[in-house]
Amino acid sequence: MSAALIVRRAGPAMTVQDLGRSGQLVYGLAAGGAADRVALAEGAALLGQALGLAAIEMAGMGGEFEATHDIRIALTGAPMKADLDGAALVWNASHLMSAGQRLTIGAASSGNYGYLHVGGGIDTKPFLGSRAAHLTGGIGERIQSGDHLPVGEDRHTENTGNVLPPQDRFSGGTVTVLPSAHTAHFPDDVRARFEATTFQRTPRGNRQGAELAFDGAPFSTGEQLTILSECMTVGDIQMTGDGQPFVLLPECQTVGGYPRIGTVTPGDLPKVAQATPGAPLRFTFVTHEEAVAAYRPLENLRADMARLIQPLIRDPRRMHDLLSYQLISGAITGWDDI
Amino acid sequence: MPPQSNGSENYPRLQTVGIDGLLITFADRLSDGANRAALAFRAMIETAKIEGIKETTTSLASTFVLFDPVKSDLEHIRAALLALLEGTDWSDVPLPQGRRLWHVPAAFGGTRGPQLDEAAKLAGIDRDQAIEEMTTTRVRVLTIGFAPGQPYLGTLPAHWNIPRQSGLTKQVPNGAIAVAIRQLVLFTASTPTGWRMIGQTAFRGFRPDQDAPFTLGVGDEILFSSISEDELDHVEHTDQTGLGGASFEVIP
Repeated sequence: MSAALIVRRAGPAMTVQDLGRSGQLVYGLAAGGAADRVALAEGAALLGQALGLAAIEMAGMGGEFEATHDIRIALTGAPMKADLDGAALVWNASHLMSAGQRLTIGAASSGNYGYLHVGGGIDTKPFLGSRAAHLTGGIGERIQSGDHLPVGEDRHTENTGNVLPPQDRFSGGTVTVLPSAHTAHFPDDVRARFEATTFQRTPRGNRQGAELAFDGAPFSTGEQLTILSECMTVGDIQMTGDGQPFVLLPECQTVGGYPRIGTVTPGDLPKVAQATPGAPLRFTFVTHEEAVAAYRPLENLRADMARLIQPLIRDPRRMHDLLSYQLISGAITGWDDI
Repeated sequence: MPPQSNGSENYPRLQTVGIDGLLITFADRLSDGANRAALAFRAMIETAKIEGIKETTTSLASTFVLFDPVKSDLEHIRAALLALLEGTDWSDVPLPQGRRLWHVPAAFGGTRGPQLDEAAKLAGIDRDQAIEEMTTTRVRVLTIGFAPGQPYLGTLPAHWNIPRQSGLTKQVPNGAIAVAIRQLVLFTASTPTGWRMIGQTAFRGFRPDQDAPFTLGVGDEILFSSISEDELDHVEHTDQTGLGGASFEVIP
């Protein structure tokens, strides 16, 4: 009998997420999937499993969980206070969760989206190749108290107690952008002002998009451009009618009629998704060559992370070269199956 | 940053969107020809199977391509698309093969189309003429969007170039037909809208319980037939498929 994760108390906005379902844009459905893809790569690296497995995305706060069998878990993304039967758990780390133990995950101390991964992945029924809930598209549901979430078969049950150095993406910062469909419609001085402005995340935002506030005149295309509804993509920064910028996130619509001044590069999108209200965000245009040079596909990120994993409890038997421990690069955990 | 030059204002126009998108625009406003071009070019790309292209889609007057920016190269994809664009008069291209003509029963006016009279008046015709036109005009799925599987249908005759309402209708039901700017929307979810609701169907463009959940494809055509409110009631109570009494044939 396979394991299940029992949700004893569900936070207000928890969903199952993975990399989403591509190939459906022509039917008006954006890929969706985890708001913070880096957190998915971290979970996959910590548990030594495939990138595509599903995890629980917890917006703002977690909940309480219990497992029917001993399972491995990993906690990534926005750091949240977590404990197992009262014993505090390190974030960005993997742990053993024994059958019957109570896992309690509280509010995020920074960032928006925390992730609970399980060894073998959450094994709900896929729809169009993905387990991701896409609530705005009418796919899947919020996780509810009392849910029993099936856990996939875990091939590495012996490996827990690993930690990854945290990668700060929870307090805003500078975000690189590339041209989008309407960039050229914005006059030079407007684009320059866009790059010179410090924006702040407002509390308005969800998995569809993040609203930004700023001081100053709206960013408009000059001539009040009537734009024909046009294909949109994740990361697009659209200027709504009153000049309010929105950065489109994984559950965005696939077509829209507002002008878009640029597109956030995929590597920097988690910074936008994770920025909490008030966090400052700056945008800087880069060339396509620069963006491609800086781009690390998730598979590569995951491989990078696998090399950075350290044992949570410093077991000397696993620290074969104590003095140069921090300098090791290229060492692999040895139990990765990817 | 150096803005991307649009080059000449000639269409088709090709521009990058983010790190992995290329947008090919055929016009800056909707026309039947521009929509046909967008649909035809997408079909051409799909047939060409260009290495590195992951996904294609269309909006009203453009084709959009997502590619893998690491395994492929922007210049390679751009060159391949430009080569495909060459040698075709995009103002007059035939639509792709394999499209379907759907016959969809709909109740117009009354409680199922509360704004039919108002919309007809804006179009300068009476309600009977409006229903006549809605049931004799084959409309094409120009694009699908705003909600999964939700078609924008058109184009209607010029007098249907009526504006959206200034306010929003709080809620139209799934299956509602609404009109504005020479287009119809056949809603696939209950939603607020600025378009005027003139009729209703039991047709579901998005059926998440099905293995193939999207009923329509871009380029498909719809011909509505007029049924009474009672008949629609009956369909709603008996239909198990979500097609709402619709049937289709492949367009030769």
